[in-house]
Amino acid sequence: MATIYIDNQPYEVKDGQNLLQACLSLGFNVPYFCWHPALQSVGACRQCAVKQFKDENDTVGKIVMACMTPAANGTRISIDDVEAQAFRARMIELYMTNHPHDCPVCDEGGECHLQDMTVMSGHNYRSYRFTKRTYDNQDLGPFINHEMNRCIQCYRCTRFYNNYAGGRDFGPFASHNHVFFGRHEDGALESEFSGNLVEICPTGVFTDKTFKKHHSRAWDLQTAPSVCVHCGLGCNVTPGERYGELRRIRNRYNGEVNGYFLCDRGRFGYEFVNAETRVKEPLLRDDANTTLKAVSKNDALTRVRGLLRDGKVIGIGSPRATVESNYALRALVGAEKFYTGVAKTEHALTATMIDMMRHSPARVPSLREIGEADAVLVLGEDLTNVAPMMALQVYQALYRAMLPEAEKAGIPAWNDAPAREFIQNRRGFMAIAAPADTKLDAFAAVTQHIAPDEVARLGFAVAHEIDTSAPVVEGLSEEARKIAQAIAEGLKKAKRPLVITGPSCGSEDVLKGAFNVAAALCAQGADAALSFVMPECNSMGVGLLGGGALEDAVAAVESGAADTVVVLENDLYRRSEKGLVDRLLAGAKHIVVIDHTRNGVLERAEAVFPVATFVEGDGTLVNNEGRVQRCIQVMNPQEFVQESWRWLGEVCGTVWKNIDALQAELVKALPVFAGITDVVPGAEARFVGQRLPRQPHRYSGRTSMRANINVHEPKIAEDPDSAFTFSMEGFRGKVPGSVIPSYWTPGWNSVQGLSNFQEEVGGALCGGDPGVRLIASDKQAGYAGGAPVKAESRAGEKLVVALAHVFGSDELSALSAPVAERAPKPYMALNPADASELGVKDGDIVEVTVAGVALALPVQARPGLAVGLVGVPVGVVEVPAAQLPAWGVVKKRIEG
Amino acid sequence: MLTEDLIHEIDHEAAVFEQRRGACIDALRVVQRQRGWVDDESIQDIAAVLGMTADEVDSVATFYNLILRRPVGRHVIRICTSVSCWIMGSEMLVEYLQRTLGIGLGETTKDGRFTLIQNQCLGACDHAPALMIDDDLHRDLDPGKLEKILAQYQ
Amino acid sequence: MSERPLTERIRPDGAPITLSEYEAAGGYQAVRKALGGMSPKDVLQVVKDSGLRGRGGAGFPTGVKWSFVPENPHPKYLVVNGDEMEPGTFKDRVLLEGDPHLLVEGVILASYTIGADVAFVFLRGEYLESERQMKKAITEAYAKGYLGKNILGSEYSLELYVHMSGGRYICGEETALLNALEGKRGNPRTKPPFPQTSGLWGKPSIVNNVETLCNLPGIIAKGPEWFKGLSKTANGGTKLIGVSGKVKNPGLWELPLGVTFREVIFGHAGGMRDGLSLRGIIPGGASTDYLTEEHLDVEMDYETVAKVGSRLGTGTMILMDNKTCPVGMIHNLITFFAHESCGWCTPCREGLPWAEKTLRAIERGEGVMEDLAVLDRLVVDLGPGMTFCALAPGAMAPLGSGLKYFREDFERHIREQRCPWK
Ligand SMILES: Cc1cc2nc3c(=O)[nH]c(=O)nc-3n(C[C@H](O)[C@H](O)[C@H](O)COP(=O)(O)O)c2cc1C
Ligand code: SF4
Ligand code: FES
Repeated sequence: MATIYIDNQPYEVKDGQNLLQACLSLGFNVPYFCWHPALQSVGACRQCAVKQFKDENDTVGKIVMACMTPAANGTRISIDDVEAQAFRARMIELYMTNHPHDCPVCDEGGECHLQDMTVMSGHNYRSYRFTKRTYDNQDLGPFINHEMNRCIQCYRCTRFYNNYAGGRDFGPFASHNHVFFGRHEDGALESEFSGNLVEICPTGVFTDKTFKKHHSRAWDLQTAPSVCVHCGLGCNVTPGERYGELRRIRNRYNGEVNGYFLCDRGRFGYEFVNAETRVKEPLLRDDANTTLKAVSKNDALTRVRGLLRDGKVIGIGSPRATVESNYALRALVGAEKFYTGVAKTEHALTATMIDMMRHSPARVPSLREIGEADAVLVLGEDLTNVAPMMALQVYQALYRAMLPEAEKAGIPAWNDAPAREFIQNRRGFMAIAAPADTKLDAFAAVTQHIAPDEVARLGFAVAHEIDTSAPVVEGLSEEARKIAQAIAEGLKKAKRPLVITGPSCGSEDVLKGAFNVAAALCAQGADAALSFVMPECNSMGVGLLGGGALEDAVAAVESGAADTVVVLENDLYRRSEKGLVDRLLAGAKHIVVIDHTRNGVLERAEAVFPVATFVEGDGTLVNNEGRVQRCIQVMNPQEFVQESWRWLGEVCGTVWKNIDALQAELVKALPVFAGITDVVPGAEARFVGQRLPRQPHRYSGRTSMRANINVHEPKIAEDPDSAFTFSMEGFRGKVPGSVIPSYWTPGWNSVQGLSNFQEEVGGALCGGDPGVRLIASDKQAGYAGGAPVKAESRAGEKLVVALAHVFGSDELSALSAPVAERAPKPYMALNPADASELGVKDGDIVEVTVAGVALALPVQARPGLAVGLVGVPVGVVEVPAAQLPAWGVVKKRIEG
Repeated sequence: MLTEDLIHEIDHEAAVFEQRRGACIDALRVVQRQRGWVDDESIQDIAAVLGMTADEVDSVATFYNLILRRPVGRHVIRICTSVSCWIMGSEMLVEYLQRTLGIGLGETTKDGRFTLIQNQCLGACDHAPALMIDDDLHRDLDPGKLEKILAQYQ
Repeated sequence: MSERPLTERIRPDGAPITLSEYEAAGGYQAVRKALGGMSPKDVLQVVKDSGLRGRGGAGFPTGVKWSFVPENPHPKYLVVNGDEMEPGTFKDRVLLEGDPHLLVEGVILASYTIGADVAFVFLRGEYLESERQMKKAITEAYAKGYLGKNILGSEYSLELYVHMSGGRYICGEETALLNALEGKRGNPRTKPPFPQTSGLWGKPSIVNNVETLCNLPGIIAKGPEWFKGLSKTANGGTKLIGVSGKVKNPGLWELPLGVTFREVIFGHAGGMRDGLSLRGIIPGGASTDYLTEEHLDVEMDYETVAKVGSRLGTGTMILMDNKTCPVGMIHNLITFFAHESCGWCTPCREGLPWAEKTLRAIERGEGVMEDLAVLDRLVVDLGPGMTFCALAPGAMAPLGSGLKYFREDFERHIREQRCPWK
């Protein structure tokens, strides 16, 4: 700890900080622009000026930039000093010589850091009397709107996009006061993290294009804490609603998970909520058995109750439905008749991963901890496309691994530019082995593009190189052994090595290989971590609930043990082989579907209940690290739409009073979920006697927004499930991190106000970061045995592997038009050697039948794909990711 | 497309740096020396040779005064307008050039013969006013002298 | 006539001295002496003892700067700052074109002292003749074994390359120069860390001005006492001193430090042209404060010029005569600085264009009295300590001092709504 003096008062601050961090953490209002807690200091904007004094006798002092000055013991500064104040106000005046002050038409207005800082600095009268500089804007694709005239050249955008996120198609152009931030030419920003520019930019240069299309002011949005549903990481989000429409997604800070950022899939994938394909009413198939027709809630319930009473019922859950909804279905049909909704390979892999997490000697890291690893091994995953925010954290880890060297050279970690200049392109050790090249390859010391079985063998081999008591791999080539050795060397040097793996190779052996590497590192005394990628937002939650695989459900139907199937929020065709799903649906006499969006399974149903998406109801999701997190209802849905668990409750007549009641029952039935009731304060919680407001206190039009329907203001909708209310009124003080309604404090209307809710800037939220870990390891496991043998190749066949795409592979986000625009067209990737062997060139149509689906796709030669493999973009072509890899005969289409 | 020679020259420059991107400005100069200015395609080509992206190269290219990203005439006149030359009458020369060439600063004559660019101090202050045409420095100028000099550049 | 170790070999027509001529005049003896028997520490001590101060403008003691270079890691770099873009400055060019081997020898000595493995000569983009002469000299030096592996049979090896700038004044700032040399945008870097510990590619590096390095062969060959004896003041050595503006005989001379402005302007430069009188002196390049006639007897060295409120800077002075409009001249200077701002920090990027527009309005007769308050404020806000680097404070030097010495001229422009000189 260090003692610093601010306006003559002593304060204790943490060592190794700069003055701006220290002042903000202490709750002082010091204006700033270029500094950002994740990007650290560069001293460009000169806004954070304070007066520094040599000692108590120094009355003159000198102006310094708080962000560039260490908060060393004994430092004396004044924030209130008149010269410092005047300087800060004049910096704003300088910005205003060019800033257009078009706040009324700017999407940043009302949550603009520049507005806040202008008010904070006290500047109000402008003496500038000349013309302003203007720029041409660029078309940056479907996500980001560009309005360069508003730029104050704080350089945050490029520091995020290029330095922090590794993007290479964006940057500063030109110089002096014509510096321009954008692209070399018009076009969609390539980075998977471009959406963060919206929140990184302290003014309205980069705004959310999807939000712009929805026309709303930031302060008119109704929001509540929520969790992203587009991959297994569980990033925290703040969805915003107006007029019954979901209008945007913003980051919600969770220091342990996503920190300040989101990926573009998570930020822009939300339009599925507003899609035409939503189901909004209960549907029943009419007597002629032809079409689904909207019916009353009662009719639907009566019919379904009848079906359930008379039939032999099984329930099929879903990795994209909440814990509560899956549980409700399980409760309805009975544990032994509940199936997880995924086919056996993924089913087994999920179970294995959970089992490994329960017994692994290695830590299961949070995303934050992933960013602190000092060496990384990735086995079988394309992180950027499968778990984008994990890739971003890995990228940080590799950079941060070099910071101790910079610190040895006298450069504190917060001094961002010198640290980067010192570190240059040196990075921490990373090795990646996967069937195809990945974006992170560029930063890896070792990359191997090999078939899944070889990925597994490499994992085992690395483990054995680290610790000879780990199982040995038979028949390893000398070359492969050398590679394993190199990887082992790289990992052994690290203090906090990290192994990442997941289900993408469809291989238990890959998981075991990764597990053994982590275990071997632990055996060497390293503080190793083992992280698993989970396929979907609640794969883990359903995995913990247990239940059979889809194949078991089909067997039950085909054996006659079941004749009525209830499918919960699951387009089975996206998750399982088509033939298998067809058999299930054909075999079942009655199909009841509970879902929010039309899909292939829903079209075959006899009865359909319309359900809430993640923003329309309450529920919890368990992310890849076993962290259970809560989605609180953001908006009031259409009349009939409600959570699946509510429908299921109504169907069986045991209606739960609210989510708390359901959770209490769940915990009793399945103690592993014990933590679930601690995620957020219960529905009965009140804060100084009040609920928490979903609407900001500047929410406008409350009395008039429905005046065209009825001049009377409707009664505020009730919320039985959470402490929140659909109102502007409520408590706005300090509350637990999981239920902060908005980051507003006096003077801080922008997202930067978040600092006032953190224990220290950039640190945990006051009272702890949201979410509760459900799984702890007993550290009992030894090495996984049975190193795999090399797979035989099959004459005339090739192994078809899944190629994931951040845009396109995920079911729900692909329904969002802006995301769909960025998805690839269907293609088939071949190694150029294989392409020439087949006698095909780019664009030629090649046919393959895989997992029961006949595909005819144009070829794309991809040198990074292992020889002998074929890659198809999952989600984009009709083959479910979980069915791959699979063998198939590949042949050139002979034009008739 | 860059010629083999140009690529070779850029590679040669890149060899002296710890990282190939160090030769970015050298590469831009090499291309400009041959072509007079640097077009978008060359930006992409340089990026490819140095393992950079076009955005990265252009970000650098547009920072520097001497890298021209717009087409120029056969001869580029860089007239010094900085303080010593200004004191010694560079404004008069600028006016003279604009009048005789019929173009403003930053423009190219219709016949593509000259591009007129304002330049920072040329380090010839004791022989002000001064200007450069292509690679040649001309000093102690007045309109009369300049007229004769211009005639040498067709 | 006093000794002129920097320029004594330079021909009146400025044509370059060849290697053999240079050697015949005692060239490369200092390198032989240093590499032949002096340790880097010995050389460092001699340079420290000589009191040599940087000739690039800031005047920092060279030996002291070198002493911060750590033993490791390698490679280490020496970078020659030959950017010379400051208006009114034309001194390094004379050395680069007229006696390139002097610089090569200086580079070898400096590199040897700090243990540099590679050296770069960073030249301003327009100095094509300097480029030609430097490259030629370097090729000759390699051929003679002064550069390359095991120089003159010693253990010491050095590679030397020339890099041509893309052209921006900020690249003369030593850390911006390093970014430019790395092929990046030439924004200056945060200090500390100084280049001595984390410079080019994050490695220990020294940036020195051309003229600074050219002093080394003499210092090593003849010793620190000789060097100190060259000057008239406590600052050792000679200095290239130039005069531009409306004098009878503009030019550049190598003179002992401590020579007075009067001797330079009225002696060497022959005084003002007929009919003109002297109104202002910008002593050392565009980023130094105006002095006036009353300072003519000030001795030109680092401390003395600083004492009267300006800086010796590059030692190349720009003279303002009584027929030149001070507002116009300052407007010209600020136009330069505004254009050359790198665009990194707010006061410089936004403040200089505002100052430029304000000065233009005043010069055109469109000024208002409040404009002077705006300018006064900008002088503070863009002053030392407020901006990220020294460019903007440099720009404020002539503006601030101009507002002090020539305020009446500004006010007259505004009162009369015209430029009285037009
Ligand atoms: C804006 C700016 C421009 C500069 N330009 C030059 C220059 O052209 N040449 C130079 O030698 N030093 C220049 N300097 C000074 C350098 O930063 C640095 O102090 C110098 O190169 C160090 O060399 P020395 O110690 O030998 O003087 C400039 C400084 C600033 C702030
Ligand atoms: S003062 Fe600021 S904007 Fe100006 S050149 Fe220096 S860093 Fe760049
Ligand atoms: S926040 Fe400190 S200079 Fe920008």
